[in-house]
Amino acid sequence: MILSLALEQLLNGLQLGVMLFLMAAGLTLIFGVMGLINLAHGSLYMVGAFACAVVAAATGSFWLGLAASLVCAAAAGAIVEFLVIRRLYDRDHLDQVLATFALILIFSEGARWLFGSFPLYLDIPPLLSGAVPLPGIEAYPLYRLAIIGVGALVAFGLYLLISKTRLGMRIRAGESDREMIAALGVDIRTLYTVVFALGSALAGLAGALVGALQSVQVGMGEPVLILAFVVIVIGGIGSIKGALVGALIVGLTDTLGRFLLPSLLGLILPASTAGTVGASLAAMLIYIVMALVLAFRPRGLFPAKA
Amino acid sequence: MWKFCSNCEKGRKKPARTQNAGGHKTMEQSNQREHAMKTFLSAATLALSLSVSSLAVAEPIKIGLITTLSGGGAGLGVDTRDGFMLAIKEAGNKDITVITEDDAQKPELAVQIADKMIQSDQVDILTGIVWSNLLMAVAPSANAQGKFYVSTNAAPAALAGAKCNPLYFNAAYQNDNLHEAMGEYANKDYKKIFIMAPNYPAGKDSLTGFKRYYKGELAAEVYTKVGQTDYAAEIAQIRASGADAVFAFLPGGMGISFMKQYAQSGVKTPIMGPGFSFSQDVLPAIGDAALGVKASGQWVKDLDNEANKKFVPAFQKEYGRLPSLYAVQAYDAAQLILSAASKASVKDAKAFGEAMKAADIQSPRGKFKFNTNLHPIQDIYVTEVVKEDGVLTNKTVSKIFTDHGDAYAKDCKM
Repeated sequence: MILSLALEQLLNGLQLGVMLFLMAAGLTLIFGVMGLINLAHGSLYMVGAFACAVVAAATGSFWLGLAASLVCAAAAGAIVEFLVIRRLYDRDHLDQVLATFALILIFSEGARWLFGSFPLYLDIPPLLSGAVPLPGIEAYPLYRLAIIGVGALVAFGLYLLISKTRLGMRIRAGESDREMIAALGVDIRTLYTVVFALGSALAGLAGALVGALQSVQVGMGEPVLILAFVVIVIGGIGSIKGALVGALIVGLTDTLGRFLLPSLLGLILPASTAGTVGASLAAMLIYIVMALVLAFRPRGLFPAKA
Repeated sequence: MWKFCSNCEKGRKKPARTQNAGGHKTMEQSNQREHAMKTFLSAATLALSLSVSSLAVAEPIKIGLITTLSGGGAGLGVDTRDGFMLAIKEAGNKDITVITEDDAQKPELAVQIADKMIQSDQVDILTGIVWSNLLMAVAPSANAQGKFYVSTNAAPAALAGAKCNPLYFNAAYQNDNLHEAMGEYANKDYKKIFIMAPNYPAGKDSLTGFKRYYKGELAAEVYTKVGQTDYAAEIAQIRASGADAVFAFLPGGMGISFMKQYAQSGVKTPIMGPGFSFSQDVLPAIGDAALGVKASGQWVKDLDNEANKKFVPAFQKEYGRLPSLYAVQAYDAAQLILSAASKASVKDAKAFGEAMKAADIQSPRGKFKFNTNLHPIQDIYVTEVVKEDGVLTNKTVSKIFTDHGDAYAKDCKM
């Protein structure tokens, strides 16, 4: 019983980590290539979830919704890049933070204006609903396994894209020397738009996948955004590999902390106090991990070449 | 105690300071003149209308409605505002002005808005806050400045006992009430229960309330992060705990996430919770995963009384959706203010407070009266989530408490 609980919590941590990776990959890619801090990344996550919920409700198909979430988030990202972000590349980070924070407010109130304040309904597709037995575990939700699978595929796909394709080559070149790659005749503006749209699509995908598990509502992106920032700070800003490792560390620390700390404290404190103290400590745990990582590796685990 | 006193002083000093500031005096005077004029006019109207209607108000009343209209908790605030405004609209009372502002579920913002409403808008009554942590930041200081606070939802234990206040009314319940009802109900069928709530004042009140009446064994007592959206870790613990039922207090988006994930987890342990975890505002988003869940409420949509039969269709007609608990609570809060306004002047705090305490209203809940600590004494029901014409809603199963007060009233000396 104890072993199966521990295994199940490990899978839960893995799944949370994979979900965070989808968010953090886009965030770190955008920062690495364009040097831009994008606070509105959580809004694109929300756009993906809303697009999926609306299309799934209209057509009855989750899969069409999922496709719509990718398209809508990428389109929203490209439009935002074209209209707003493009003007921010030469500004300092404070201006970028201010402008993208304004975007959060615009996206949130826009979504409320269009869809109202009440959460939307989005359910898991019948194909992936229910739970399956796994070795050592009584039953585990199929949908969470699918999220882990999607995350692994995306990680592999990003690796191929960045190390094997022409676009990937340009992204890497853009990371190391912006002026030089522009001087060599690469259309840097289009490259930026493409990278921003790609990052947005990943956030939208995460939003749609998670929306089916959680509630699709205005403001759903901001809590995830904070975690995604913790992930890229731990992993090293600008590094996809760092984002993957950081996401798994945060996912596992958070899940195992929530489960183990109250039980451990329960050995020395009365149950109800252990519950509250444990919960409060667990909520702090990932930030403690982040502080430790920064104390020993101030630029994160896998610092990108600056 | 010290904190409260420092508040009172602040409250007394601040208006004096603004009056001393140059230029304010003339405004103050013209305000007074206007005020005298208005009083004269309304007195005349009162004299005229006394023969016609009993609803006339001697004095204009300004109400500040602070509630959550943006962010994840906005559904609750929107229902609060709509329920409140429905009662105001039905009364058609021209002397009552309601100023509405959004607190975005942030305590610091709620405090700023309250200060602004008291000092520059000069409201007489504050109301509308959904969350206990926000209420704790606003209500005691408003009371210290001599303003009424009528709570439409939040009801922390701290304000129901020794720190009760003649200017603080709660039209909803005391935070523990609905949880106590589920604790009492659980005694019937279950021996070992897994209980869970978010780690904030109302969450702790919740589990305290449940344990006050529940006699069986606890499988575990788990506190989650406020605003948490992923419950995989807790669901795994439920699976491993061997509990025969789960009691979860997770309002708003938290409940939606938990219920959807629970339905997918393959864990079959029955779930129950207080009414607001399965209220009308979240049911459509949870979907069929909520079917059959038992909850508690001091109001249910199908309660058989005249006021309720009028209220539900009126709300539906006005806003095109079914009302939730929050809407009813706010509707009653507005009714309480209206009924007091028809009997006394809000400037006479003692008379107005007594008129409000008389609770001369037709509540959709049926019986409603105030306890000595100005929290309700009311019946509480157990409900079940069902599907009616394709819409998920709650139906009454049984009455669990009759004329139920709260555990803190005895500590309240007023």
